[in-house]
Formats: sequence, structure tokens, C-alpha cells
Amino acid sequence: MNETRPTCVNGVAVAIDVEPRTTLADFLRHRLGLTGTHVGCEHGVCGACTVLVDGAAVRSCLMLAVQVQSCDVVTVEGLSSDEALSPLQASFRRNHALQCGFCTPGILTTAHALMRDEPDASEERVREVLSGNICRCTGYVPIVHAVVEALRDARAARGKEAP
Amino acid sequence: MILSNRLIGSHTQRIEDLRLLRGRGCYIDDLKLPGCLYAVVLRSSFAHARIVSIDASEALARPGVRAVVTAANLKGQIPRIPLRMHAHESLTPFQQPVIASDRVRFVGEPVAMVLADSQALAEDALDAIAVEMEELPVEASAEQAPIAIAYAGTRGAAEQAFAKADYVRSASFSVQRQAALPMETRGLAAVWDAEKENLTVYGAAKVAFANRDILAKMLDLPKTSVELRELDVGGGFGSRGEFLPEDFLVPFAARLFGRPIKWTEDRREHLMAATHARDLHCEARIACHADGTVLALAATADVDVGAYMRTNGSVSARNFAQALAGPYRIAHVNSLATIRITNKTPTGTYRGPGRYEADFVRERLFDIAARDLGLDQSTFRTRNLLRPDELPYALPDLAPIPQVTELDNGDYFETFERCKADIGWDEKQLLQGRLHEGRYHGLALGCFIEGGGVGPSEDARLVLHADGSIAVHVGSSAIGQGLETVMAQIAADAFDLPIERFRVFHGSTTDVANGQGSYGSRATVMGGSAVVMAAERLKELIRTEAASRAGCAPTDIVLIRDSAVPPGGTPLLFAEFAELSAEATFFNSRNTYSYGAQAAHVAVDPRTGQVDVLDYVSVEDVGRIINALTLHGQTIGAIVQGLGGVFLEQVSYDDAGQLQVGSLADYLLPTATDFPVIRSTALESYPAPNNPLGAKGAGEGGIIPVAGVISNAVAAALASFAVEPNVLPLSPQRVWELIQESRHAGAVPSPKNQRE
Amino acid sequence: MKLPPFRYERPASLDEALSLLAGSAGDAKVIAGGQTLLPIMAFRLAAPSLLVDIGGIAELRGIRIMPDRLEIGATTRWCDILGDARLAAEHPLLQAGIGHVAHYQIRNRGTVGGSLAHADPAAEMPGIAAACDASIVIAGPDGKRTVPFDEFFLGALTTILSEQEIIAEIHLPRWTPQRRWAFLEFARRSGDFALAAVALHYLKDDSGRLADVHVGVMGVCDRPCRIDAAEAILNGNEPSAELVAAAAAAAAAAVDVDDDLHASQAYRKALIAVLVERAFEAAEARGG
Repeated sequence: MNETRPTCVNGVAVAIDVEPRTTLADFLRHRLGLTGTHVGCEHGVCGACTVLVDGAAVRSCLMLAVQVQSCDVVTVEGLSSDEALSPLQASFRRNHALQCGFCTPGILTTAHALMRDEPDASEERVREVLSGNICRCTGYVPIVHAVVEALRDARAARGKEAP
Repeated sequence: MILSNRLIGSHTQRIEDLRLLRGRGCYIDDLKLPGCLYAVVLRSSFAHARIVSIDASEALARPGVRAVVTAANLKGQIPRIPLRMHAHESLTPFQQPVIASDRVRFVGEPVAMVLADSQALAEDALDAIAVEMEELPVEASAEQAPIAIAYAGTRGAAEQAFAKADYVRSASFSVQRQAALPMETRGLAAVWDAEKENLTVYGAAKVAFANRDILAKMLDLPKTSVELRELDVGGGFGSRGEFLPEDFLVPFAARLFGRPIKWTEDRREHLMAATHARDLHCEARIACHADGTVLALAATADVDVGAYMRTNGSVSARNFAQALAGPYRIAHVNSLATIRITNKTPTGTYRGPGRYEADFVRERLFDIAARDLGLDQSTFRTRNLLRPDELPYALPDLAPIPQVTELDNGDYFETFERCKADIGWDEKQLLQGRLHEGRYHGLALGCFIEGGGVGPSEDARLVLHADGSIAVHVGSSAIGQGLETVMAQIAADAFDLPIERFRVFHGSTTDVANGQGSYGSRATVMGGSAVVMAAERLKELIRTEAASRAGCAPTDIVLIRDSAVPPGGTPLLFAEFAELSAEATFFNSRNTYSYGAQAAHVAVDPRTGQVDVLDYVSVEDVGRIINALTLHGQTIGAIVQGLGGVFLEQVSYDDAGQLQVGSLADYLLPTATDFPVIRSTALESYPAPNNPLGAKGAGEGGIIPVAGVISNAVAAALASFAVEPNVLPLSPQRVWELIQESRHAGAVPSPKNQRE
Repeated sequence: MKLPPFRYERPASLDEALSLLAGSAGDAKVIAGGQTLLPIMAFRLAAPSLLVDIGGIAELRGIRIMPDRLEIGATTRWCDILGDARLAAEHPLLQAGIGHVAHYQIRNRGTVGGSLAHADPAAEMPGIAAACDASIVIAGPDGKRTVPFDEFFLGALTTILSEQEIIAEIHLPRWTPQRRWAFLEFARRSGDFALAAVALHYLKDDSGRLADVHVGVMGVCDRPCRIDAAEAILNGNEPSAELVAAAAAAAAAAVDVDDDLHASQAYRKALIAVLVERAFEAAEARGG
């Protein structure tokens, strides 16, 4: 591990100056004020707290802040811009893939990782990956549609860009 | 009142999404409260005990601990939480105290509250509080438990009908204890301004106004000194938002200690402290003519309401008593729902309270009767469905608190036939009870009504701002259902302006004078209608103001988009009338009844009991579709909750009253792989007659018929085993046991002998 | 559910980790992925005063294919196993079984060593270890020792690991391509702990008779294990529906878990019998 590599959250270097017992979720929310990551259970079942650590989707309630030393962390805020919704976010909006919005950040980060690593993921694979995120409002059907549509649109966009 | 119908009825994308998708929502735990103390509640680990002593001295010595609140702080005057709905004198003894003083009556009851510099430090101190308890006998089952109240729904003379009928059949049914389980747990933040003697509480939901009134009374403050503010809310489903002990304890502590107090519930305590639901067991009977005409329905039900009557603890029993007959023509009804007190977490409303249970019982009896009488499921229902010309049709009389309500209008056959067509009912009859690739296939369907638009009133207030925007303040609460967008659509159509011009504020006691909130599928009907009225009033005010400036009569002013145009004069922009505002109250005492039908196709693996829902179809008429996207979302979400209740969810207790679900690994919620195929269609053939929108409440209909439809589909699949799936949940083990019991009971061929 | 307080160390070497454990008077716990330990601590069912994070120790990582065995480092994550293209041929049963572990996000953190040390009788990794005759390499104050899995796993949530020992790696015998295999699990929802599961593999000789049959079961006893009685029925015989049914019945007879919140004993017996039969069907369908 490169000890001199900074710890970054959404591209910004941060210092991890909290007690060891502070979870990554609480560090992000309360120390850094990035409250987009939500805490739904604190025991690793609901997935609302999912963030990306060095690109991998992980449950931030099951990581200690001190464990992301020298890592790159991306939260839902890091997937967003002020100017426009990302294609994934726009697909969520079009498909009404969120209601109360509490589970949504964890689903967006998970879907983001899936889309990046498995651009040809099938609908069944999307469901299987999302089975680790609990939503009580939507019944999942619109969420799966939104991710499948975003995957399809991304493939089409790549197709257009190909020489 | 003219509404342009540009946005109403469309797939308007939600305004809320722009912040929620970016992680910029503000839920209660997101709120920063500088200088606050953090509260953590110590809860009883006994189901029933006498509190001998509480010694918090060691806890107070722990780092960062500033105070420990117990009943002693209330100096003998422990407030008890009143019933918000259906209060009755016989229920007063069962009201929950805001903190346990001499006794605890369920695992999870608040015993003390620690205030510390951080939540972690407060939790660290919990086990330093020495509580001595003397255990008392536990009432672990509703069967012989003390009675709080009994609701009776009656029509005609049921016993005489049973005595004379060609066919009478009885059965026992059980709907397990469930929990609404929103993804966000509860939370509150309270700030006391000692100088102004003002209290502000953040984290309100559902019924902020009622809670404000309760809290003000408990704290002996004028209502005008107490503000409850609603932020973003992570789901409610009828559970979150009702007044619970912490809704008193946190503000009380803020005033007592002169510090802002923040409280965030964790999931472990949510499972034991937040309100549970359902838990109804009954004996039910049906009486029919030989041709399948239903003469009478009777049910005697016990509702295990737990240790106390919470603010809306009566609702499910009451609804079960009144809604047993659903959308059918049943001349004689006798439905008794007895609320019993046990040593468990108190229950209250959860989507379709009492109606989910009633539909399960009724639709199961229908299929049992149909099978016995040699009729198919569809014919049995069409023989008994109310026709459009029979409406309005009164629901059974209710006692002891009467409430007259009638099915307003509708064509139950239209939704029924459409549902049958959508699932391919006729073509798929070939599959009924057949073994195909190792699984038995079954289909079922059922009809439902959803009571909504609950009165008595709702307020809205519209304000013009100098930047040209119009603020819409509404008493309805947002719980994730898209309230902001729906209210903005209605206002936008009322003014024929783009939706971007409107900002919606909701659910806080600062928004309107007398709000009511969101429950009983009422927000669109009540809040939306209030918005329509307030919009009209505001337009009148604009005309009057423009007329006085232009020197003409208000009737001469024409409103076009955001201008008031006097005859032959210069148009005046709305922005020039900044701060003009209008408030309106919409009154309504008639429930709306959206209605529909659902159908399911299931495949049952007889060797494991696993049931797969291959197809699930819903067709409902909601009177008027305001937002097609959000309506569809409500239906799908409600259906999946219903399916969770049928197959996965269960709050279980042992004989000592100990709660056996301690985490989300125990209480199983549906996930993305469980129910992949759900299809729904909404119609608007019969607008509601009682509101200017013609809308009917539609947030709960999706869940109401699910248990009946699924259990009937399983029964149809396993017809060759003659199983009766009358006990929920239908876990794989339960289904497997039904098959085993059937095998042992009779000469039923084992599946290996049955080839396709 | 905030965690109780603790000190945290992240040693760079195995020796450093071991000396931290030795110096902590039994009140330290090893943390790797933390997917099991942290929930336990969040419920305050454990409150060690020191966490020794072994995630940074290079010698505990990696999957090595040796002539006679697979060596899997203890901090190998589930995603490492699933993402290792060699394993599709080198140990398809392992990859298939690990695909059932929990969920996508858990699989990015949870480790082989963590699962083995936790010793849940329904978990996939211990089940595969039992079904595939694994050995566990344990590092302790006196050096390393290698222990057959049956001696390592003592009972539900109990292993022979002392408070001063760390699992270093797990060894699996090399797979042979002729083996037929299947991994089947029954759980309430995708990713839940198995109510019952089977890891099955075997060879067929030239005359089509079954040989070297391994019938491993999870979730139905206090430890994952091979069902000797089932294997005895199958070995040396040509497969037939009756034979497999008899083996399935033997597996059901071996179930000794009491009724619990999740399943009755009778139901588990029925499940394991079905799973053995269906696993055999799936294995046969794989050909070879």
C-alpha cells in the first residue's frame, strides 16, 4: 500500500481524524457533511449506505473510516453534477425509480459500479446485484427498468461513438 | 373551476427527484443542530415487569453523559398519549405513558433516556443504568387476553341467514403480526427558545398538526408556541409519524435542560419500539345459495393490539369490521373484531389496515365456497359483485362508534373483466392445478375497494412571490409519495402555468392554519382539492387587486398565464402582486372508494413449498389520475409490500413475550429478485363525486387484495391436495406442511406418480 | 447501533499481527472484511478492546495454483474468487458456491478466512471446505500448522482457533476436469443464509459406475459435513433414480439440527433430500 497516497472522497483529499470506531458511513455523513449516504440498519443488510471504495460497491456501515486510508471513496454526491442529472439519474427520474429517496443513493452507487464493470449485464444480473439493496417504497420494478434502460442507452451511445 | 389538464393525468416527472437523486435530501438525521445533545433511549428487556428501582448514577459518571431522564423527572404527572382516531372512553385506561414509571408492559418500552455529547457515548452509558425489575406474568397470546374494545359491523340478520342457507362453511384464518418498516428509522430534533418560550421540533411526519396539539397540551404550552416541521421523510406506510413516547421525551428534555436535543432511532430499536401491525386471527363463516349467491358473511376476530392503544390502534379492527364484504352484494354481515391487550409492542395502522385482513378472509371463503359448490372462481365473483346501478351502497353499520359510509360509484365489472383479460385468465385455466416441470400451477383473482379521501378537512395556502414564483403550502405530509409534484401539477393546471413556477411546502405546522396530514389515502383528494380552492381564491384576489389598480370591475379582468389583463389596459404581471396570498379549507365527510381487481399466476414446488409468482396483475379505477407515474409507483410498491406480507414477513414473539426479530436478517423484506413480474393498469372511468378533482384516494388499494389473491392461487395450484392456505405467512415450510398434512390425511397421489 | 470503543492496529506483517494478538490478553479480535464482525459489534454482542486489521498483510493474499493443491490466502475476498478466470476450470465448484454468498457489496469485502473463522454451519465456504477435503493453515505464536477441515470446525460458531491464532490460508486438493459437480442451495431470498445446501462432486469409471463421491451438506447439522452413508450408497454403483433417492434419504436421516426460528427439523430433512436429488440431476446434466 502506498502510504503517501492521500485519502480522497469525491476527488477531494481528506484527513481521517476520527475515532477508530467511527464507521465510514458516519465519517462521511457527520464529519464531512456528505449526508447523501444514508444509514438504514447499521448491520449490513439494507444497502442504503453503499458507497464506492476504490471503485468497489461496499456497505459503508460495515467499514471503519480508518480502513479507507489512502483509498478513493465516491458517494452519491460524487456521481452528481449541478448542471444536469447523469444518464443513470435521468433514467431513474423518467422511470419513477424512487419514492421516498432514502434507499436511492445506495442503489445509484451500486448501479454505477455495475454499469461500469458489466456494461452488458442482463436484466437478471441487474436484479441479482440489486438484491442487496432494500427498497420499501417502489417494489423494485421501476428501479430495474431504470437500470436496464440506462445500460441499453449506454451501449447505444458507445455504438455511435465506435469508429 | 377550470383546470387546464395539461399536467393532471400526465407522466410528470417528479420535482423531488432533482434533490433526492443527488443525495441532497434533508432527512431528520441529516439536520445539523449546533450545540445539541444526543438522546438514546433505554428500553425494557422484559415483557411485563414492575420497576423496582432505576439507578443512573454510574451512567451519569460516564464520559460525555450530561443527564438521564426517567419518570422521576415528570414528578408524578406522566402524560399519556391520547388516541388521535376513534377515541372512546373504554380505551383511556390503555393509553401509553410517555415513559414507564411503575411498570413496563412490552419489550422495548422506554424506561430512561440518556443525553450525551454523542450518540455513541450515550449508547456506551446504557448498560451503566441499573434497572431492577420484578417480573410479572406475561400475556403472550391474544386468545384469552383482556379486551380493550370490540368493533361490530352489522347489516341485516346474519344468524337467520345462516340458519336458512343451502350452504354454510366456516374456517379459521390468521394474519401474522407485520411491521411497516420504512427504510428510514424515526428521528427528532427539538429546540427550545427560553426567551420566547417557543418550541420547534423537526422530524414531524404524517400528522404534524395533531401531534403539535398533543405535545402542546402535554407541555402545557399554547399551540402557537409549538412548531412541528416536516423535512424529507423516508417512507411511512401508515406507521411513521404517529405520536409516540419519544415525540414527548425529546422536546421535554430540550426544554428541561435548555439544550437542543437530537434523537435518531436505530433499526434494532425500531423493530421493537415503532408500531407493529395486523396480527388478526378469526373464525369466519359464509352462507350461500346453491347457485353461489352469497347470503351472509360472519367473522369473529381477535386483534392482538399489544400492550397499549396507540393513537390509531383501533383502525384495523374497525376497518375489518366494516369492510369485510368488500365490493360485493352481501345482504347479511356480522363482523366482530375484538381488540385484545397483550405484552407486545403496540400495533397501529399499516397500509390497508384491517382491509388487507378482511379481503384475505372474504376471498378465501369465496374460493372455498366456489370449489364446494362446483363453480369457477370468476363466476362466483360476478354473481356477487355490485353493479354500477346499485351504488351508492352503504357499508355495514359500525358500533360502538358509528360511521356511515357508502361505496360512492364505480363499475366493478369493468376492472374485473379487464384484469381477467390482462392475465389471460381464460387461456390459462388449462394450467389450474396442473403439474408442469415439477411445479403445480394455480391462478386466482379477487376484487377490492379502497376507502380513501378521509375527512374532515385540509388546508392549502398559496402565496405570490416577487420573483414570479407561487408558493403552495399544504397541510398534507410527504412520505415519499410524490406530494410536491402532485400538488404542483394541480396548482400549475389551475393557473395554466409551467410547473417550474411552483414551490411546494408541506406538512409543517407553519404552513397552514389547520392542516390534517397524510393518512387514509387522503393527500391528493383533500390536499389537492384544498389547493384547487386556494388557487381559485387567489385568482379572485388577483382580479380584485388588478381591478382596483386599473379602475375597473374584477369581472372585467382576464387572467392569462401569469398576467392580469384589464380591458384595453396594460397587462399586470403576477410578480407585481407579490405577497398576495389566499388560504382555503376543503371540507369533506364522504370517503372515496377507488376499486379494482387483481389476479395472480403462481407455481408451487411441492417438494420445497417454494411459491413463485409468475405473473401478478392489477387493474384499478382511481376516479381521476393526477400523476400517472406516481400512481403506478404506489400500486406496484403496495403490491410488493402485500407479497412480502404473504410470503416473507413476520414479527414473532416467544411465550415469554420476547421479541424474536432483532434485525433485518430476521424480518424478511422483499428484495429485487423476489417478485419480478408485477403489472398494473389504472382507469378513471368513475370520477369521485365529492371533490373538484374527481380523484379517489389510491395509495393503499394495491396492497389490499394481495393476501386473498395469492392464497387462493396457491390453493388452486394445490387443488389435488385440497390444502387450505388460511394462515399467513405462506412460508415455504408452511406450504410444505400443508401438503404433508394433506398427504397424511387422505389417499393423495404423490407428485412422482403424476406426469404432465 | 454505534460501535463500542476499541483501539485499532493495521500491521504490515503476519508476525506483527500475531504479536499484537499475543500481547492483548485475549481481548483482541482479528478483522479482515469485517462483514461479520462489525454487525456483531454493532449489536454489542462483542466488544473487543483491540481490532487487528489484517487486510494489509501481503502474505495473506492471493490464489496460488500448486501442483497438488490450490492455496487461497485468508484475506482473499469473494470477488477475488469470482473474478479469477482460472478457477472456472481449476475449481468450478468453488466458484459456483461462492456465487451464492450474501450480496454484491458484501462480496467486495468478505473474506475466505473470515467465513471460516466465524464457522456458521450454513455458510458456503465452510461447506465447500468440508465437501472438498480442505485443510486450514493456521498461524500462531509457535509458527504455522496445517489442520484438516474436519478437525478445524468443531461445531456451530466454534473452531479450534485460539485467541492468538490467525487463519493464514486454506488448501483445496486440485480439481480434476472429469469430475461432475453441483452446488445447490435453498434460501428464503437470494443471498440469505441457506436453510440447506449441497455441494456434490464425483467421478464415473469406464463402466459408468460412481466413484469418489463427495456429498457435502450445509445448514442441516451443527457443522458442514460429508454424509458417509449417502456416499456409501452411491459409490461403486450405476446411478439410477432409486439409488439417488436412497442416498437422499440417508442425507435426510443425518440431519440433526433442532427446530429453530427459520425451519423445523422435519422441513430441513425434506429440503436436504430434494437438494441431493436435484444436485445429482444437475451434475449428471453437466456431462464430463
